[in-house]
Amino acid sequence: MCGIAGLIHRGKSSNVGSELQGMLQALKHRGEDSTGYALYGDTEGKNFIMRFKVGENVGEGSSSVMEDVSVYDERKKIVDQTLAEMGAKIVKEERTLPYSLRYEIDFETKDLLDFSQRIESIPGVEILSMGKSLEVIKDLGNAKMVCERYSLDKLVGTHAIGHARMATESGVDIKSAHPFWGYPFSDVSVVHNGQLTNYWNNRRVLENKGMRFMSECDSELIAVYIAQKMREGASLEEGMKDSLSGLDGVFTYFVATKNSLGMAKDTMAAKPLVLYESDDLVAMGSEEIAIRSVLPHEIDTYDPFDGEVKVWQI
Amino acid sequence: MANIKTINKKSKAQSMGMHTEVLTGRTQQKFFNPDEAENFYYFGTYDVDFNKRTDLDVMNMSAPEANKEIDNLMSQGYGTIVIKNPQGKHSLGVGILNKLNLIFEGSLGYFGMGSCDGPIVRINGRVGWSCAENLMAGKVVIEKNAGSCFGAAIRGGDLICKGSVGARTGIDMKGGTIIIGGDAGAFTGFMMQRGRIIILGDVGINLGDSMYDGTIFVGGEIGSYGSDAVDSELTLSDQDWLRRKLKVAEIGEDFDVSKMKKIVAGKKLWNYDNLEPTEKKGAI
Repeated sequence: MCGIAGLIHRGKSSNVGSELQGMLQALKHRGEDSTGYALYGDTEGKNFIMRFKVGENVGEGSSSVMEDVSVYDERKKIVDQTLAEMGAKIVKEERTLPYSLRYEIDFETKDLLDFSQRIESIPGVEILSMGKSLEVIKDLGNAKMVCERYSLDKLVGTHAIGHARMATESGVDIKSAHPFWGYPFSDVSVVHNGQLTNYWNNRRVLENKGMRFMSECDSELIAVYIAQKMREGASLEEGMKDSLSGLDGVFTYFVATKNSLGMAKDTMAAKPLVLYESDDLVAMGSEEIAIRSVLPHEIDTYDPFDGEVKVWQI
Repeated sequence: MANIKTINKKSKAQSMGMHTEVLTGRTQQKFFNPDEAENFYYFGTYDVDFNKRTDLDVMNMSAPEANKEIDNLMSQGYGTIVIKNPQGKHSLGVGILNKLNLIFEGSLGYFGMGSCDGPIVRINGRVGWSCAENLMAGKVVIEKNAGSCFGAAIRGGDLICKGSVGARTGIDMKGGTIIIGGDAGAFTGFMMQRGRIIILGDVGINLGDSMYDGTIFVGGEIGSYGSDAVDSELTLSDQDWLRRKLKVAEIGEDFDVSKMKKIVAGKKLWNYDNLEPTEKKGAI
């Protein structure tokens, strides 16, 4: 089933980590195999923030294979070494969990493709997000559990999207969890609710164009599809509109960039979405109870129509 | 319905003695006899007084707790109940088989007022997916917008949304009336079998797709017609009915109904083509 939620504050920052946690926790009945956050924090915008994993969560319900922590350490060492070879300086390093790391990197580049390919050529290593504002945090369990595990409730920023997952198309693991980074674009993330039926056709085409897939989760296709359209020169909104005909199946998805948040709904309108829009805040989710967690007073909400695409700026 | 008495050949199950009763079709049904009304008991109903009013704050209640409390209040004779702080909770007000004046001061989530038979409901907010599914009788008025599958499979009653609704409004409906003050999404009236839908605004693609019967009236633009949905003449009788219905519904009283479009089933789908004329009559 899965649930998605997102919000964007226009003209101000807020405690988006805590707000999104409330929204996703309200949707936990739609799936709590894993939960993911894409948070756009207030940063100086100088350094890249790289969230990456060197292993999987092998806790209860996981479909991953147990590995020794020494394997994670070894992979981390190779990552550090590769960064040094590329001239990327690690300014700040956090290891929240044995398999999950956050680096602030001083690195001058406009092409993250080569950078990402080199890092991800290390077996067992996956970049969860790369950007100057974006941080993707995803793990097994419901929103509250993931929020507490990664101390996300204090994160201040302008906008965020998130996903509560019931695994149907692929395994219960972090690599299949949402949000997906819009590889190799800085600060692009995607969450999706639905099923895509032309996944393999599109995947083969996109892989031939040099794009990478880290999982077999159909939702990852949306991130890669939009990213490829943007590589070809389309704007975010143009890429999203193109996806309505290029992607087959039923879907409602959100895409976020450093300055914007967008939503798209398939032409069958088969997946739910409730939207609240005001001058200073846009909040949306699979169910109204998600919005109620941040706006408990009476508000006007509506369902976007079939084939609708909307994009808001901060 | 086939009469088993006329079938000479026994099935294997019958020859093994697994059937002891002789099926006789509809004659087995026990019909309501007005002379025995005092003996008639409708499960889950109570005598209520509309002048006996109370508030119920459901802020800290789960949906089952809230619904149980509504039932409890009806059993005490309360005929007017005001629900405070519904907070978009799912499945509120379901299964009410009673005359009741029910007012929600806020929005409902999915499946609000599902499987009801008789209550008069006003929702001063929005409703999520599948509002009033399987409504048998009564009236449900939504002051704001509604989600998809609005009035799915209703069999009777009036369902009114003063705002706009999502996709598949009136899907599989078998009776009753749905009135929309604003716009409606794709697949409105999908596979509807009876009843009427009135939309004062625009409607999305595939209107009335695969509808068996029933009528859809549209005041605005139509995205596209679905399979077998065709235009029909808007008669003076239709216009009179529309005016009366909109007035009673407190919605679009001044709307110019003479310019509305009337959409019905073309009855050219395979299921009609494959039926004998007498069977076709029965199906419609």
